[in-house]
Amino acid sequence: MTRSVPDPSQKHQRREHGLMLALVSPALLVILALIVLPVGWLAWQSIYHDGFTLENYRRVFTEDIYWRSFALTFEISLGVTVIALLLGYPVAYLANSVPKGWSILILSLVVLPFWTSVLVRAYAWLALLQRTGVINQFLRYLDVISEPLAMVHNTFGTVVATVHILLPFMVLPLYATMQKIPGDLMQAGASLGASPSLTFFRVFLPLSLPGVLAGCTMVFVLCLGFYITPELLGGGRTVMVSMLVSRNVELYNQFGAASAVAVVLLVGVLAIFAVVSRFISLDRVLGQK
Amino acid sequence: MTRISPARIALYVISALVLVYLILPVLIIAPISFSSARFLTFPPPSFSMRWYQQYFSNPAWMQATRVTLTVAFLTVVVATPFGVAAAYAISQSKLRIMRIIHMVLLLPLVVPIIITAVGIFFVFAKIGLVATLPGLVLANVMLGLPYVVISALAGLQSFDPAQEMVARSLGMNRLRSFFAVTLPQIKSSVVAGGIFAFISAMDETIVALFISGGQYQPLTKRMFTALRDEIDPTIAAISTLMTAASFVLVLLATGRRRRNANVSRI
Repeated sequence: MTRSVPDPSQKHQRREHGLMLALVSPALLVILALIVLPVGWLAWQSIYHDGFTLENYRRVFTEDIYWRSFALTFEISLGVTVIALLLGYPVAYLANSVPKGWSILILSLVVLPFWTSVLVRAYAWLALLQRTGVINQFLRYLDVISEPLAMVHNTFGTVVATVHILLPFMVLPLYATMQKIPGDLMQAGASLGASPSLTFFRVFLPLSLPGVLAGCTMVFVLCLGFYITPELLGGGRTVMVSMLVSRNVELYNQFGAASAVAVVLLVGVLAIFAVVSRFISLDRVLGQK
Repeated sequence: MTRISPARIALYVISALVLVYLILPVLIIAPISFSSARFLTFPPPSFSMRWYQQYFSNPAWMQATRVTLTVAFLTVVVATPFGVAAAYAISQSKLRIMRIIHMVLLLPLVVPIIITAVGIFFVFAKIGLVATLPGLVLANVMLGLPYVVISALAGLQSFDPAQEMVARSLGMNRLRSFFAVTLPQIKSSVVAGGIFAFISAMDETIVALFISGGQYQPLTKRMFTALRDEIDPTIAAISTLMTAASFVLVLLATGRRRRNANVSRI
């Protein structure tokens, strides 16, 4: 065995490591101080108030108002995800199957609202959907209806506006996945005598499933924590979990209860990511924007 | 020409309807903002600039606009160097912990924003940062960092680190070789990341609802309050201006990215 001598390259490597950690530390510090610490604080506050207590969680899991809100949030998120998939799949499919110029046009139309403020779009939906809004006036002009339809300040308005905001998060991962499906496979299916619909359902659809999973995860998770849209378009009746959190803080000063609701929501979201990451890479889910 | 199948026609029709649905709200705001009517009417009765006048002559809206622009600018100034330094370290270092750090830096995209907002509110309340400009900037730096990191990492991926090695072997120190060799090549990605951080800060609403107040309320907070109380076409005027600003910035950012992609392909 050789006696260990101080290795200059090892010293160099340690310096290199130190430099890299120094470079990453300002950003890391910001994230630790402004998201890890605050969330940790919430978790602490949810179980500690003049001593340890599970009272907040007992309330969250037993009181009706909390249960109803969690159930409603889950239902809306599920509904929004299904609608977004049904609307987004054809668009992604079309963008994937037309010449380049057309697909760029389609994708630009998908991304355009993506970069419009959520607040601006909430305003636009109010303008479109309210009793004296554009759509009601148009329908009355056409004599389709005699009384204005109630399309906003309820769950309907919330869902319409939420799907609108989340649709790009569905279309982009779908399109990215479809792009990677080799076109020869479809031709092979056709040359073997399969009808176009059979090749679609047996070849294309299964291969696009990773994109479906990525898109659905993103839409569902974002919807679980949605705040502005239900607050402005839900008319106070559609109380989603995020609104429960904010009301407990702003109106009732129930910090412990707000924290417990936030922790339950966060655990749910992280659990979903953990399960999904067993099937597809998380970069695929997150790297869209 | 081949016959177009009914399935194909259905695909075209459905996609067209979905695209109309996506684009309609974005297009409806501008005409409302130029309408003379007090209430939302469509089509607008006559052309008028009164809502823009109302916006530009209202000191509260002007103060909010100044706050928004200041916060967005400072956010970019802080988040861009922090994010680029972190991305550089993540892409160059072989330390295993960097993978974890990379994940941690993307946390703002994972944690529901309402949770982040309430958490920050509690922490800021303890240390007296609620309703201050530094508090607002700090929160937006945190929210904007992931965009800079993701964008800069994408740029660094197509950059060959051997080039920096060459510069250093020729006697440049590390810092100089970074600024002389690496940075110019990833410049477009860095600028794009900075622009996205700017847009993120400009549009951010939920955290601002909780932590901003008094004289330091950004536009989005005032708009949110106004939308909850009464709908006034002034909001349409502001929305139109904000949307125009976002689009110009996005065009700049994506244009730069594309040019960058072309360069790296050569």
